[in-house]
Amino acid sequence: MITKYIVSRLDGMGLIFLAVMAAVAVFVPLSNLLLPPTSVFYVPTYLMALIGKYLCYAILAVSLDLVWGYCGILSLGHGAFFALGGYAMGMYLMRQIGTRGVYANPILPDFMVFLNWKELPWFWYGFDMFPFALLMIFLVPGALAFVFGWLAFRSRVTGVYLSIITQAMTYALLLAFFRNDMGFGGNNGLTDFKDILGFNVQAQGTRATLFFLTALSLILSYLLARWMVTTSFGKIIVAIRDAESRTRFLGFRVEHFKLLVFTVSAAMAGLAGALYVPQVGIINPSEFSPANSIEAVIWVAVGGRGTLVGAAVGAILVNFLKTVFTSGFLAPYWLFLLGAIFVIVTLAVPKGIIGTLNGYYERWRGNDAEARWHRKSAEASNETEAGAKIHG
Amino acid sequence: MVDEKPHVTQALLYLDGVSVSFDGYRAIRGLSIYIEPGEMRAIIGPNGAGKTTMMDIITGKTRPDEGEVLFDAGKYDLTKLDETAIAELGIGRKFQKPTVFESHTVADNILLALKGPRTARASLFGWRNNVEREKIDEVLTTTGLLDHRDRPAGVISHGQKQWLEIGMLLAQDPAIMLVDEPVAGMTDAETEQTAALLKDINKSHSVIVVEHDMAFVRALDCKVTCLHEGSVLSEGSIDKVAGDDRVIEVYLGR
Repeated sequence: MITKYIVSRLDGMGLIFLAVMAAVAVFVPLSNLLLPPTSVFYVPTYLMALIGKYLCYAILAVSLDLVWGYCGILSLGHGAFFALGGYAMGMYLMRQIGTRGVYANPILPDFMVFLNWKELPWFWYGFDMFPFALLMIFLVPGALAFVFGWLAFRSRVTGVYLSIITQAMTYALLLAFFRNDMGFGGNNGLTDFKDILGFNVQAQGTRATLFFLTALSLILSYLLARWMVTTSFGKIIVAIRDAESRTRFLGFRVEHFKLLVFTVSAAMAGLAGALYVPQVGIINPSEFSPANSIEAVIWVAVGGRGTLVGAAVGAILVNFLKTVFTSGFLAPYWLFLLGAIFVIVTLAVPKGIIGTLNGYYERWRGNDAEARWHRKSAEASNETEAGAKIHG
Repeated sequence: MVDEKPHVTQALLYLDGVSVSFDGYRAIRGLSIYIEPGEMRAIIGPNGAGKTTMMDIITGKTRPDEGEVLFDAGKYDLTKLDETAIAELGIGRKFQKPTVFESHTVADNILLALKGPRTARASLFGWRNNVEREKIDEVLTTTGLLDHRDRPAGVISHGQKQWLEIGMLLAQDPAIMLVDEPVAGMTDAETEQTAALLKDINKSHSVIVVEHDMAFVRALDCKVTCLHEGSVLSEGSIDKVAGDDRVIEVYLGR
C-alpha cells in the first residue's frame, strides 16, 4: 500500500535514483565491514568516508533544489543551515568527550577551559542528550529560516535582493562564529570527537553505520521533497516561481507557501550538516563561508534545477571532480574548472544533466504532451483533407 | 458610517471619491463608480484614463490616497486588505497581458484556480489533490480549450491564453470578475466568441470589462462608463456614451 503510493509519485529517474541509492546504502557499508581488503569489491574506509561526504552534500543540494528549482527562491546562504545543523551535532559530540579532553574537565569542552571559562554557557545546556541535540539539528536551522523568511517574504523581498540578503546572513554568521567569545570554539571550531551514542566515531562499524544513515537520509529527504512537489502544493510553488503576483491574485497566501518550503528546506540542510560532522570529524566557521553556499548552487545547476535527482547527481559529480582536481598537480586550477563548468552548463545545457536527459527520455517515449498534441492535430487535419477530397 | 450612505448597502462594488497619485501624477481623481450585483459593466476610455489603475485599486495592488472602496453592500473595506484577502472575498481578475502559469499544463492552470481552501496544508493533504477530471474539463469545454488540456500553457496561442485566463476566473467562481482587455490581439471571430462567453458568464457573475474595442463593447450590450483623466466622463448605454460630445472629443482629440 505505502510502497504503491510511493512508486505512484515517482518518475523513471526517481526510481533509478532510489534503486542506486538503496544499493549504495547497503553495499558500501557491508563491503567495508565484511570483505577482505584484497577483494576487488572492497570499499576502503577512506573511500566510504569520502562518498559519505558526497551524500551529505547531495542532501543539501536536494534541499536547495526544493526552494530554488521549484519555488524560485535562489538562496545563496543555504550553507548556513548546513553549518548550523553541523554545529548542533558538533556540540553533542563535544559534550560526549567528557574527561577524555586535554584538560579533563567533565563538563566544559577544552576550548572553554582554555579561555578560562568557569561555567557552561546556557545555550550548551541539553546538548549532552542525543534526543535534544537531534531536535536542535532540525529546529535551529528551521527556526532561523522561519524568522528570516517571515521577515523577507512578508516584505516581498524577491529575486536578486533576496539572494543578496541570504548571502549576507551566512556571512554574518561566519563572522560571529569566528569570535571566541561566541562560545562555539572560534576559529578552530569543534573537533577531536570521541563517541557518538557510546560508539567510537573512528571505529569502522560506527563509520559504516553513519554511512548507511546518510544514504538513508538522502533517500528519505528525496522522498519528502518529491512528495511535496508532486502534490498540489508543488504546483502552487511552481506557480509562485513563474508568476508570483498572479498566484496572489488567485487567492493564495504566497508568503505562507514560501515560508513553509524555505523552513522545511533549511531543516533538511541542517540534517545534512549533522551527518557530515561526525564523518569528517570537524566543524568550523569556514562552513559558513559564502563560497560554500554558491558552490551548492552550482551543483544544483549542473545536475538540473527542479528535478531533485539532478541536484543530488550534480552534488556528487561536482564534488567527485573536486576531489580529483584538488589532489595532485591540477590543484591550482580547480576554481577555474568549477567556473568553466558553471559557464558551460549555463550556456550549453541550461536544464542541467538530468533535466536534459529527462527531455530526451520523454521524446524517446513519445510521451511529450506537445508532440502528442501535434500528432493528434495533424491526424485531424489529414482527416479533414481526406474528407474534403472525397466530397470534392 | 454606512448609515450615512444608504445606497452603499445595495452596491456590490462601491467606489467613491477615489484618488491616487504616482510621483505627483494624479492617475485617478475623485473616481466614483457603483456596480450592482449581477451587473455587467464596460469601462472604456483613452490611454491613461486610469482604467487599469482602477482595477489595481479594487484588487489591492495599489492603495488609494483617498476615497472609499467597499465590497458586498459595504461590508468590506477593500483599502484595508491585501491582494490575497481580496481574492478570497470573491473578486477575480484577468490581466491585460494574459498571465497564465506557463510551465503548467492548461488543465493544471484551471486546477490551481478552482474555488476551495487555499492554505498550504490543504494543498499538501487536501481536496485539490483529488479533483475529478470532469470538474476541470467542464471549464475547459466552456472556454473551448479541451483539446489543449495537457499542453503547457506557455505554448498555446495568445487568444487561447486569454480564454484560459477567463477559464481560470470561471474556476475561481468569484462574485465579481474584473476583465482587463480580454480581446486584445484576437481575431474578429474570436472577439465575437469572447463576447458571447462573457455574456454567458454574466448570467451567474457580476462582470467589469475594460476594453478599447468598440464593436466588442457594443456586442456586450451593457451599461458603459467612459473614463477620462482618472474620473468618470460619461455613463449610460453605449449609444448615449458614444454620442456624447465630450467622449468624441477625448477619443478624436481636439
